[in-house]
Amino acid sequence: MKDFIIPNDKSFDDKDMGTPARTGKPVHLTIDGAEVTVPAGTSVMRAAAEAGLDIPKLCATDSLEAFGSCRLCVVEIEGRRGTPASCTTPVHDGMVVHTQSEKVRKIRKGVMELYISDHPLDCLTCSANGDCELQDMAGAVGLRDMRYETGENHYAPSLAGMLSKSDRRAQAPEGEANPQYLPCDESNPYFTYDPSKCIVCNRCVRACEEVQGTFALTIEGRGFDSRVSAGTGLDDFLSSDCVSCGACVQACPTATLQEKSVAEMGTPTRSVVTTCAYCGVGCSFKAELQGDQLVRMVPWKHGKANRGHSCVKGRFAYGYADHPDRILSPMIRDSIDEPWREVGWKEALSFAAGKMRGLQEKYGQKSIGVITSSRCTNEETYLVQKLARAVFGNNNTDTCARVCHSPTGYGLGQTFGTSAGTQDFDSVEQTDVIIVIGANPTDAHPVFGSRMKKRLREGAKLIVIDPRKIDLVKSAHIAANHHLPLRPGTNVAVVSALAHVIVTEGLADEAYIRERCDWDEYLAYAEFISEDRHSPEETQALTGVPAEELRAAARTFATGGNGAIYYGLGVTEHSQGSTTVMGIANLAMLTGNVGRPGVGVNPLRGQNNVQGSCDMGSFPHELPGYRHVKGQEVRDIFQKTWGVEIDPEPGLRIPNMLDAAVDGTFKGLYCQGEDILQSDPDTKHVSAGLAAMECVIVHDLFLNETANYAHVFLPGSTFLEKDGTFTNAERRINRVREVMAPKADYADWEVTQLLANAMGANWSYSHPSEIMAEIAMTTPSFAGVTYDVLEEKGSVQWPCNEEHPDGTPLMHVDGFVRGKGRFIVTEYVATEEKTGPRFPLLLTTGRILSQYNVGAQTRRTDNSIWHDEDVLEIHPHDAEVRGLTDGQWVRLASRSGETSLRAKVSDRMSPGVVYTTFHHPDTQANVITTDFSDWATNCPEYKVTAVQVSLSNGPTDWQEEYNAQAERSRRILPAAE
Amino acid sequence: MSPEKLVMMANQIATFFKTQPGDDAPQKVAAHLNDFWEPRMRAQFFAHVDAGGEGLDPLVLRAAEHVKRPATA
Repeated sequence: MKDFIIPNDKSFDDKDMGTPARTGKPVHLTIDGAEVTVPAGTSVMRAAAEAGLDIPKLCATDSLEAFGSCRLCVVEIEGRRGTPASCTTPVHDGMVVHTQSEKVRKIRKGVMELYISDHPLDCLTCSANGDCELQDMAGAVGLRDMRYETGENHYAPSLAGMLSKSDRRAQAPEGEANPQYLPCDESNPYFTYDPSKCIVCNRCVRACEEVQGTFALTIEGRGFDSRVSAGTGLDDFLSSDCVSCGACVQACPTATLQEKSVAEMGTPTRSVVTTCAYCGVGCSFKAELQGDQLVRMVPWKHGKANRGHSCVKGRFAYGYADHPDRILSPMIRDSIDEPWREVGWKEALSFAAGKMRGLQEKYGQKSIGVITSSRCTNEETYLVQKLARAVFGNNNTDTCARVCHSPTGYGLGQTFGTSAGTQDFDSVEQTDVIIVIGANPTDAHPVFGSRMKKRLREGAKLIVIDPRKIDLVKSAHIAANHHLPLRPGTNVAVVSALAHVIVTEGLADEAYIRERCDWDEYLAYAEFISEDRHSPEETQALTGVPAEELRAAARTFATGGNGAIYYGLGVTEHSQGSTTVMGIANLAMLTGNVGRPGVGVNPLRGQNNVQGSCDMGSFPHELPGYRHVKGQEVRDIFQKTWGVEIDPEPGLRIPNMLDAAVDGTFKGLYCQGEDILQSDPDTKHVSAGLAAMECVIVHDLFLNETANYAHVFLPGSTFLEKDGTFTNAERRINRVREVMAPKADYADWEVTQLLANAMGANWSYSHPSEIMAEIAMTTPSFAGVTYDVLEEKGSVQWPCNEEHPDGTPLMHVDGFVRGKGRFIVTEYVATEEKTGPRFPLLLTTGRILSQYNVGAQTRRTDNSIWHDEDVLEIHPHDAEVRGLTDGQWVRLASRSGETSLRAKVSDRMSPGVVYTTFHHPDTQANVITTDFSDWATNCPEYKVTAVQVSLSNGPTDWQEEYNAQAERSRRILPAAE
Repeated sequence: MSPEKLVMMANQIATFFKTQPGDDAPQKVAAHLNDFWEPRMRAQFFAHVDAGGEGLDPLVLRAAEHVKRPATA
């Protein structure tokens, strides 16, 4: 890359140091006459690289442990015999190393000669030309000729000898087939595997094992027959266990594993470091371009969330940014029965502003509101909630966190005093016992899932609490020590039973509790939780979890060392979601597992900026920084800054907005980057609410399902066109840098500003950094955050302020934010959603690796090759009694509605529980889910719906009517001349 | 919002707070409603309470006197 523009600092150098960094005591040695000091355990190769002395290498790269196979990195060390490989030789005090000598030069040249003797010499037409380590090393060792005659090889299709690629293609039909030649595997939509270019360095296999942890790749055969293979010999990459994370492609030193985009477009010429816009891991990527054309996304090795790793979504699924479905012109219509009319920005904004002000005049100040997006930046989100509070004059602002992690905010706020996870992702490297409850990290947070699996392979113990046998329960080199397959809806009972065992068996960390928590509250809690009714034996009939297994899990967690709890929406999306979060906090405090590395309570956030959207005051009761609107002092800060009066009453939450719309008191909505019709529960109620509104403004990339009921469409920007920040699940504020100009002329923050000004505001931000400056000025936990700080440090975790100028990787280190940690009694209350004769099964919903949420992005990429429709997973017993077989159409019905989809018979499910995803609007899984919700936050109870499953002939009448309505709604009139 | 849904939501909140130690459960229920229920929801709440409060948990009814009555109620 010639134009590595940001951040431009030596500490962010992309140079491959050969082997991973170490953290031991300082060791002093001499390399080629230069004195070098590096941590103990560092390889000679890395020490040389630190000194600016590059030793040739092929099988080594700094993302993988040294392997020592290529023999190109040999050196001479005074006092030692032979020529050891520098990658596998650790440094010692006083060591004297010579990286260049006649002896090693000869060895290296000989090694390269052997490599090149079995490699096609088609460099000029090779897709890796200019970006090939084999090519670079041939130059580095001074290879000028090759003494070996053409003979047995892997690269020529025929035995006609060493030919150019085009010649090979031309002559292969006539030539005798080369039994060693394997054709290029193009089965994966994003990259190719060309065995003819493989040097069997093993980097791809090791990346799949060490970094990704899938173990899909192997080396088949021995000696000259050694070949990289995905799965068995009968598999290609697509049919293998490969999850397309791209780690193998990243590790490959040649064009053997190559992005198709590079083969098609050529090597990139510049790059911009930015942040992925998929899940809450917040991976840093280099967007590599030619001009303004994106060639590929490469995980950035200095990204502190992902440490150079990626998943199939962030690495490859960016094609939606250029998809023909994108809408790039503003559109308006008076009625949702009319087709859309393309107009200019000025007319669209004037139309929208006039409508919204008109509604307020007619129906009152509180008749309109906003929904902020967890896909958008902090700066964009801040402006949208400001639009509601300062321009609309009400607190009707909510965000999609309402339907995912709002119970996290409430539960952790009550117990610890802050609405966020306690750790950084690095913390998992020091964890001894991991609880995963209601989360599926390998699918929904795959890059962190890989880091977790690495720690598990190192020996950490694992407890999975989930109705399904998720991949972590058993996969390659991973097996959960305890799987507690609870019945959906019984989280509180299971968490309380774990606490019961810990307290009654004397396993609680009393010293920690006395020092860090409110002792009186603990005593009350201990008395409550010690009651027999919370014991595993008493609760097993309810939860379905065998008592002995639960007791064993509790003992493992309480006595196994550093214990960390990771959880997801399987915890929060219940009628007792907030109570379970409190129960989890209780468990962590009971065992002394908050406030140091390796422990903690870690909510895995669903979308890229869920944390940030909550931080930015998107909730209707809180101003930025989680401060209730009723607080006069807090309102004063914003009133002074914004020059307006702020309503001291809480606004409407999303479900309340829809209820109020049906009641006729909520009439207008500005919805940025969110598709509530597909993502929110009880689709029929959502559509009724939207249909009752008189002005729905959708600000998005595509005509999503919500836009079927919209009157104004404002084109949005993809993350590649954004400038701002995202905050990930570990509270890390990462820069999002503009990779290319907004395709619809305006960035999203500019559109919000234009709308505000069209409604009479006088905002004048000229750059997102000015918005961040306002956030820092008004919000104590962001007081030290500036774009300059982010450029300098790469990222920071809030709180970042005078007290914590470098940010805060770990929370609650010297005490809880609220003072003393608070134990809260967590009584189990059964959900009102109950199975019965009509609906005897329980449905739980979630997402899978290749698709993302409502699929608006990933469905418009080749990721659909892995998941082109939602399917219903059902246990073989439940399938058999209904006469269902794999692949059949089935009708899935609840008291809310019904839909049809195909069945997938799977013993991953527990009997009595079925599962589906909500990625495809053709299925509309949320027509099934109900309007039951968490008692504290109204977070919907997606995870428990009583359903029946029966045979079906295909889509239901409702699905066909829905699709017809959607098609009618998406008509667009040709633009006026 | 239907009265049934409103009653269910209020009762859910009461069900949580009645399990908590202390004798201030009505105040806690009321504080939750004041903090999270928008005035028109509280107006609907009071309309239901004033009509007899059918279906409401007794704790909710006791909490009502601590709930802020919106101007529109």
